[in-house]
Amino acid sequence: MNGTEVKPSVAPGVRLGHVSFVWRPWVALITLLLVAATFLVFCLSIGVGDFPIGLPRVAATIFGRGERVDEFVIMDLRMPRALAGLVVGVALGVSGAITQSIARNPLASPDILGITGGAGAVAVFLVTVSGGAATAVVDAVGLSAAALAGGLGTGLLVYFLAWRRGLDGFRLILIGISVSAVMEAITTWLLASADIRDVARAQAWLIGSLDDRSWEEVRVALWCSLVLLAVVTCVAFQFKPMQLGDDVAAGLGVRYTMVRAVLLLCAVLLAGVAVSAAGPVPFVALVAPQVAMRMARCPTPPMVASGMVGALLLIGADLVARTALPVDLPVGVVTAAIGGPFLVYLLVRANRG
Amino acid sequence: MGLGTLVVILVITGAVSLAVGARALSPAEVWHGLFGGPDADQRLTEIRLIVRTVRVPRTVLAIVAGIALGVGGALIQGYTRNPIADTGLLGVNSGASFAVVTVIAVFGLANPFQYVWFAFLGAAVAGVVVFGLASIGRGAGNPLTLALAGQGITVFLAAMTTAVSLSDKAALNALRFWNAGSPAGVGFDVIWPVSAFIAAGLVLALITLPALNLLNLGDDVARALGVNIALSRTIGIAAITLLAGAATAACGPIAFLGLMVAHVARYLTGPDYRWLVPYAGLLGAIVLLLCDIVGRLVVRPGELDAGVLVALLGAPFFAVLVWRGKFKSV
Repeated sequence: MNGTEVKPSVAPGVRLGHVSFVWRPWVALITLLLVAATFLVFCLSIGVGDFPIGLPRVAATIFGRGERVDEFVIMDLRMPRALAGLVVGVALGVSGAITQSIARNPLASPDILGITGGAGAVAVFLVTVSGGAATAVVDAVGLSAAALAGGLGTGLLVYFLAWRRGLDGFRLILIGISVSAVMEAITTWLLASADIRDVARAQAWLIGSLDDRSWEEVRVALWCSLVLLAVVTCVAFQFKPMQLGDDVAAGLGVRYTMVRAVLLLCAVLLAGVAVSAAGPVPFVALVAPQVAMRMARCPTPPMVASGMVGALLLIGADLVARTALPVDLPVGVVTAAIGGPFLVYLLVRANRG
Repeated sequence: MGLGTLVVILVITGAVSLAVGARALSPAEVWHGLFGGPDADQRLTEIRLIVRTVRVPRTVLAIVAGIALGVGGALIQGYTRNPIADTGLLGVNSGASFAVVTVIAVFGLANPFQYVWFAFLGAAVAGVVVFGLASIGRGAGNPLTLALAGQGITVFLAAMTTAVSLSDKAALNALRFWNAGSPAGVGFDVIWPVSAFIAAGLVLALITLPALNLLNLGDDVARALGVNIALSRTIGIAAITLLAGAATAACGPIAFLGLMVAHVARYLTGPDYRWLVPYAGLLGAIVLLLCDIVGRLVVRPGELDAGVLVALLGAPFFAVLVWRGKFKSV
């Protein structure tokens, strides 16, 4: 020791009653910026269209101070689509962050919890196998609802198959991968043996889309995801110690089996909400947490920031798909085309130091 | 289970594969078909034709591709140190699919024989791009960067593939059959070159196995023990790209096979890659061949593609082993 004092790099803790967290200015700043950016893109997405509306007027109308004309165009016509993008993006981002944290694997995403595979297989089955019971089901409840039921059923199947004296992250993802592989094989087989016109319809559904959303659909998705996010917020405070390992978490008084089970159930249901509102939009849940993690410079995927990156990606991609591209592409394609390279860019930049 | 047992099982399965199909053949007929000379008898000539132009090529390809995917699956899990990495992770499958839909949409190629080489090219380019991106700068070839860069490129190529196939019906039509994955319907004019690439990949794989063992102790330990990390990673990734790329080009994407057999092999042998990799290769060949045989029998007179059956039959079996706690992480 020659007199130079090494400053500890520990971030200060904050305690408010029973709640305590670590104050990281950079994470907070990035999260705030992401929220602001999401709101901006959200307003932009509403403002752009055949009848363009300026940003201030959009913002004013959202807060209930707009004119009658604007109110009709914004609240009745464009809001459902933008709100669907927001809800789906946040749900997928948070769901992905939970899955990757619990599995402690950056390649994990809710896709491997079975939701996407199950919903896809059911939807493709209903589209390609016409006649009889399949048509009756589609007429009765609609394609999206039937697919959602299939997805949730598969997700819960994975969840219970993986349960053996508690929920182990590694076992869960391997079981999830196997069940998803079965569902994808069924989808592939159905597509290969179906009529080509049905295949095009099925393919369009499989990639996910925000077109023609109605207020009813969006409202249900919005409330469901709000409830789920509230649950996640309550449990998430117990989640941090778990990333140090089960033994440490148990030593710190965390009931890790319960916390993990609740969080995973929330991840499954959030992914289900997203499927119900937009179809199985691929890759958002995988890319968003990794991007958020690198922007916020966190060791694990940050929940709020992941949700915001997911929403930004989805609304932004929808905006690009509607305005900048000459051909009409579903939002899922554009999301992947933007999200994939952006992740690679972040990796390369990090490598260069 | 020893390596010898696996070889015996593979030989028996291969023999069954020659006999089973739309027209079942007796062992004597198979023997004649393989080794018999030209015949005056109409029936025997027909049998010879079936065995030599249908059964033998598809059996050989199933074995070769199965070995390639099994070995590739074990290697990719080793090099990315990730137990859920599959052979498609380096962008190989999505690169091949993208190449297939693009050449169909742009050049209007309709015959699978014409796009095998484009598929291989697509797979190779995707593999090289992923590895190149992951090797830029300081964290060169770091397993996490490699896995995520692969995922990013895969995502991008999959989106492009969907975009093309949504706008071109012929491409979509070809893609849905290509995606099912099957060793059937490919002649020796394709199988020989593909096998040469796979053989090259296997040689590279065998060269790096001792280094791969050390790499799994961590980069620092490996470096201290004298491993040239960058070199052995480059060779390893080149091997995976060759193996998975060639197999995918010939059969179409066969998902889950590499991941599954790598875990089963790890359960049988423990973590030593010098044993694990040969086991994974033989298991891959056996599973793909068995699935191809079952596919010929279940939906007669049609056939179910082996790629579909690998997941339908393999996944439940795999899930039971997972549930019983047989597998360990990498």
